[in-house]
Amino acid sequence: MQELLRPTPRTVRPAARSRLNIMKELVRIAAGQGFWGDLLEAPVRQVEAGPVDYLMLDYLAEVTMSIMQKQKARDPNAGYARDFIPLMRRILPICVERDIRVTANAGGVNVKGCANAVRDVARDLGLGGKVRIGIVTGDDILPRLDEFLSRGIELRNMDTGAPLTTVIDRIQSANVYLGAWPMVEALKRGAQVVITGRATDTGLTLAPLIHEFGWGATDWDLLAAGTIAGHIIECGAQCSGGNCQYDWQSIPELENVGFPIAEAKADGTFVITKHDGTGGRVNVQSVKEQLVYEMGDPHEYITPDCVADFTTIHVADAGPNRVRVFGIKGKPATEFLKVSISYSAGFKAVGTLVYAWPDAYAKAQAADKILRLRLAGLGLKFDQILTEFVGINATHGPLAGEPQNEVPEVQLRVGVRGPDKNAVERFTKELAPLILTGPPAVTGFAGGRPKVEEIVAYWPALIPKENIEPAVEVIDA
Amino acid sequence: MKVQLRNLAHARSGDKGDTANVGLIAYSDEIYPLLVREVTADRVKEHFKGIAKGNVERFELPNLSALNFLLHESLGGGGTLSLMTDAQGKTFSSALLRMEIELSEDEARLIKRQP
Repeated sequence: MQELLRPTPRTVRPAARSRLNIMKELVRIAAGQGFWGDLLEAPVRQVEAGPVDYLMLDYLAEVTMSIMQKQKARDPNAGYARDFIPLMRRILPICVERDIRVTANAGGVNVKGCANAVRDVARDLGLGGKVRIGIVTGDDILPRLDEFLSRGIELRNMDTGAPLTTVIDRIQSANVYLGAWPMVEALKRGAQVVITGRATDTGLTLAPLIHEFGWGATDWDLLAAGTIAGHIIECGAQCSGGNCQYDWQSIPELENVGFPIAEAKADGTFVITKHDGTGGRVNVQSVKEQLVYEMGDPHEYITPDCVADFTTIHVADAGPNRVRVFGIKGKPATEFLKVSISYSAGFKAVGTLVYAWPDAYAKAQAADKILRLRLAGLGLKFDQILTEFVGINATHGPLAGEPQNEVPEVQLRVGVRGPDKNAVERFTKELAPLILTGPPAVTGFAGGRPKVEEIVAYWPALIPKENIEPAVEVIDA
Repeated sequence: MKVQLRNLAHARSGDKGDTANVGLIAYSDEIYPLLVREVTADRVKEHFKGIAKGNVERFELPNLSALNFLLHESLGGGGTLSLMTDAQGKTFSSALLRMEIELSEDEARLIKRQP
């Protein structure tokens, strides 16, 4: 890490000869995807609708890696966020023209495959020789698990304390969360597009700031500031008017919602904003809502790069759709990296039926009772059977109380899970019969039997940092 | 007088495994001390009876006029294990806003109703 502290003259890329080695006063990082499956038009608008310097794209949820691991097992060329490739086809020309760099954890479990696909797209677009692609690997530790266990690294579950050996024969993927520094290295070597596997969402924003402003590996306050900028924009429009409780009815034009942009300065202060002419709203309240999202102990927001203290964040109105964030303090990073392991944990299925007025709720309750008696009569065993009545208690449970008036309709929603696939399979065949053999005025089974899903569960663990060596490669298109 | 939290604060919730977090944000800096006084971890645990099966932790963020609650063992196993409609605790935020707290007449004047 120390070598990264030395200021290195930036390679002047062929695509960006005008970009000299002068520190920018302001670096604008645009968020383009809050998760794999987010608005496809958002990143396109971010690069087209106004000035930005970087586009960050977060594709990986906790269970995404195991899905990708399965895809790769079937096809060695698969295993990454496939949406990323057509997106690059659309925006790479403008990114090259405007010198917008991209950081994306789209690589999943096949970072090189993803990078090769982007390279092919660049060549197709006539951008061969004009685009360098950074490849960050070293997060995939699936082949090394036995080695770690044999050396006494137990990879205990952070939530339950159980050692990994209890699920070792059912593991599907194992990835370390890498931080910002390997991405910084790729940017330093001139990468226009940096592709990672399992990297932290916040690192995708922090890396460009470290790179542009020359922040050091022990500049804890600055690293914390960049991390929090990343936290605010990493869920896309969730900080710019989407899913916002505060005054939600007056938030304008969500159909054209502007995704967030962090305008950062070298001193670690930044403004959260969005492009002019877009919908949604950035205000103090929308930013605060995102700050508390998925928060643990606010004094210790732990990333590979630093520990950020959320109790030091100050936010202030800085004009329409502009919120200034300042005062952030950080602490040294820990000696550990987080590991995200996925393992097969049985099977589940969820099915629904809809009951109509009159007595809709009573009918749904009666149907649930009949169903459970039939399942018991068949001798089927499950770890859990969960019944919810959508329209009555599916979200707020007992807090919702009993319905005050007669409701027009209720959806019965029953889920089961357990280790026995046959039992779960049989459950899926017991729902439809309720239509002709249960309470009346029932419908909503047009979709057929529910699907049996394999449960791929998440196993969080810690590993001492010295065991992990991120690798950075930069290729030319 | 009894006042429902929805008249005093907004909120957002999310998940980490089987733990839900609810961030409760006062509508104004003047309201924040009332939340600190009234919306204790014990009261939140009681409010989420039957939902939060583990303990409830509270953290204070005076800089944001916000409180953060962690509701352990409240998501049916969490993540992919959970059979719940709201396996990620997204609606726990509005569930907390159902809570009523006791305010004096003077204090109640600070209420900023949902704008």
